[in-house]
Amino acid sequence: MKRSDGAIASKPPEGEAHASADSNGSLNATIHDLATSWLTREDRAQLLRFMSMMRASEEKGLSLYRQGKIPGSFYDGCGQEAISVGSSFTLAPEDRMCILHRDLGAHFVRGLTPDRYLANYMGRSGGVTGGKDGNMHFGDPELGCVGMVSMLPDMALVAMGMALAFKIRDEKRVAMTYFGEGSTANGQWHEAMNMAGVQGLPVVFILENNGFAYSTPNKLEFAVDPVERAQTYGFPGVSVDGNDVEAVFEASRAAVEHAREGGGPTLIECRTLRMHGHGAHDDMSYVPDGLHAEWAERDPIELYAKRLVDDFDFDADKVGEIRSEVREYVAGCAQKALASPMPESSGALDGVFADSFEPLGDGRAPWSHWQQRNGHENGSSERTSA
Amino acid sequence: MSTLEQTEARPGGSGREAEQHPDADLTYLEAISDALRTEMRLDETVICIGEDIGAFGGAFKVTDGFIEEFGAARVIDTPLAENAIIGAAVGMATEGLKPVCEMQFADFIACGFDQLVNVAAKLHYRQGVAAPMVVRLPSGGGFSGGPFHSQNPEAWLLQAPGLKVVAPATAADAKGLLTSAIRDPNPVCFLEHKGLYRNVRGAVPEGEYAVPIGKARVARGGSELSVIAYGSSVHLALDAAEELGEDIEVIDLRSLCPLDVEAILASARKTGKVLVAHEATRSCGVGAEVSALITEHAFEHLDAPVRRLTAPDVPIPFSPPLEQAVLPQPDDMKEAIRELLAY
Repeated sequence: MKRSDGAIASKPPEGEAHASADSNGSLNATIHDLATSWLTREDRAQLLRFMSMMRASEEKGLSLYRQGKIPGSFYDGCGQEAISVGSSFTLAPEDRMCILHRDLGAHFVRGLTPDRYLANYMGRSGGVTGGKDGNMHFGDPELGCVGMVSMLPDMALVAMGMALAFKIRDEKRVAMTYFGEGSTANGQWHEAMNMAGVQGLPVVFILENNGFAYSTPNKLEFAVDPVERAQTYGFPGVSVDGNDVEAVFEASRAAVEHAREGGGPTLIECRTLRMHGHGAHDDMSYVPDGLHAEWAERDPIELYAKRLVDDFDFDADKVGEIRSEVREYVAGCAQKALASPMPESSGALDGVFADSFEPLGDGRAPWSHWQQRNGHENGSSERTSA
Repeated sequence: MSTLEQTEARPGGSGREAEQHPDADLTYLEAISDALRTEMRLDETVICIGEDIGAFGGAFKVTDGFIEEFGAARVIDTPLAENAIIGAAVGMATEGLKPVCEMQFADFIACGFDQLVNVAAKLHYRQGVAAPMVVRLPSGGGFSGGPFHSQNPEAWLLQAPGLKVVAPATAADAKGLLTSAIRDPNPVCFLEHKGLYRNVRGAVPEGEYAVPIGKARVARGGSELSVIAYGSSVHLALDAAEELGEDIEVIDLRSLCPLDVEAILASARKTGKVLVAHEATRSCGVGAEVSALITEHAFEHLDAPVRRLTAPDVPIPFSPPLEQAVLPQPDDMKEAIRELLAY
């Protein structure tokens, strides 16, 4: 039942110094400055591509919602694209994820296509859950994901359990999950952090502090920033700029390597602002105008597009081309989703119980680091969802 | 709970396995340990997880000696955190392990309820992801455990589609149903009545022994009246039938989800008088469901209204005279049978 271990590079490809979790406190080193050596030019294009795909897909979803094609409500992660993309980009195919509702980018990084996301929102048979569950309550088991529930932060415990399985079997694999700062007020968050710390599990917790739990601001959620609590559970807590995709990537990369090598959990706080309401119905009247305007100036996709040109010698036209190609691709995916039929009503009674156990499949791992390990194959591409 | 005369030589074991293995004389508690130990030896993916189950061997000693045999990686002592136990089990199960969770008392499932009913139970329906896991629930009263160590939470569980629920009455079924629960690809809640732990013993097949989930058992054949029961109430019914000397049939449901509807209806059609008995509280309980099923599907065969013998809708009190007033007693069973026979 053991899996082959991933060949983990212990130093960056270009041999430069990098932020390491090995010595105490160094995770908080100047991550931003040191990130570059781990990413190739194509990796950077991919980061932009996945963030743009999340933005374009959610914009399409919101449009479909306003057209009445999406039942229920609509939730997005506008402004938080750098977090799910930058963190999930670090994972190997055999790693596992529990992805939450502001983290669509992670689904795409792992190999989901936007048509199945949009079809899921519309309750179509082509959605990831085939209409059994809606909105962001999905995870493609073929891609190593277990879908979220509405109760938060329940998936932190499930991810902790996945990591416990890896530890029991002595596998060099990592589980990663997300939660908002609102979740840190719930007792289950403590249960997850505490047990992960006690057992020293290979799990990376990504805390998205987007300013508000629905309408409740930080000051009414906790007296101490939850990232500070990590050390009391016996593992590092790191705080990064959640709108800087490379900062998120580097903190995650170090945490994932730390976990994979037996170092235990890390809590990474990504500071950001939720740029849309909790759901599409929410007018965000509780968010001060100045605050929203301040973060609007720091849009993670615009910041990165500019940085690619300014710092990494990308041609501005090339950056624009990447973004327009993604928009075009997502438009095609939307057509595919709209062509997907509604599920047969007779199916409502199916699947309450399993007849057999099927293991989760592996996700895609587009980071060049893993492609090198896998002989230039893009993760386990044969399992990519249709 | 004086005697357990098993009316079948091997309850549930009509087949090959029972013939291959000799029987051991085990208590209900020992039979649970035997099932766990046997499955852990056969299958390295079976993991025990719970509070005080390792070096201490569990509050009731079900896992006594397990950590020595299987090691701390497979017999996991957890912090006091029931949602963490159930949630970790879901994560482990999706990764191909077969965790067996121990709630120290069934009452504490309330503290892990969210992970059980919202995550584990709905996972396959919503996502197509199976969670093969067992939650062991030491349940039931009768020993002054009070309101928080005596409950029978099956009705809570039965309202969460996606959970299987079993409640063995005999030592052989305790082993056979736990084996099946561990091998099942779904979350299975295993109600083990504490009052039966050391008071019930019987012949238990050695080695691998599985009793299918969803099949009731005729614990005693009869034609005048059916008592449909599970867990501790099976013994109340058998003892009462013996003492009364009447021609009474006792059906041991064994499994509460799925229910063996055919066995229930067959017995109702045969005797025409049905008493449903359980220790759990009355309203919206298993008795209500069984009664409704019989009324819907076997009404024309009935010679009397379906009756229930259950605890009333109150918490389980602590002091012995109060507790005895709440939990169905042997005289209550005899009286209920007499009344129904006289209808």
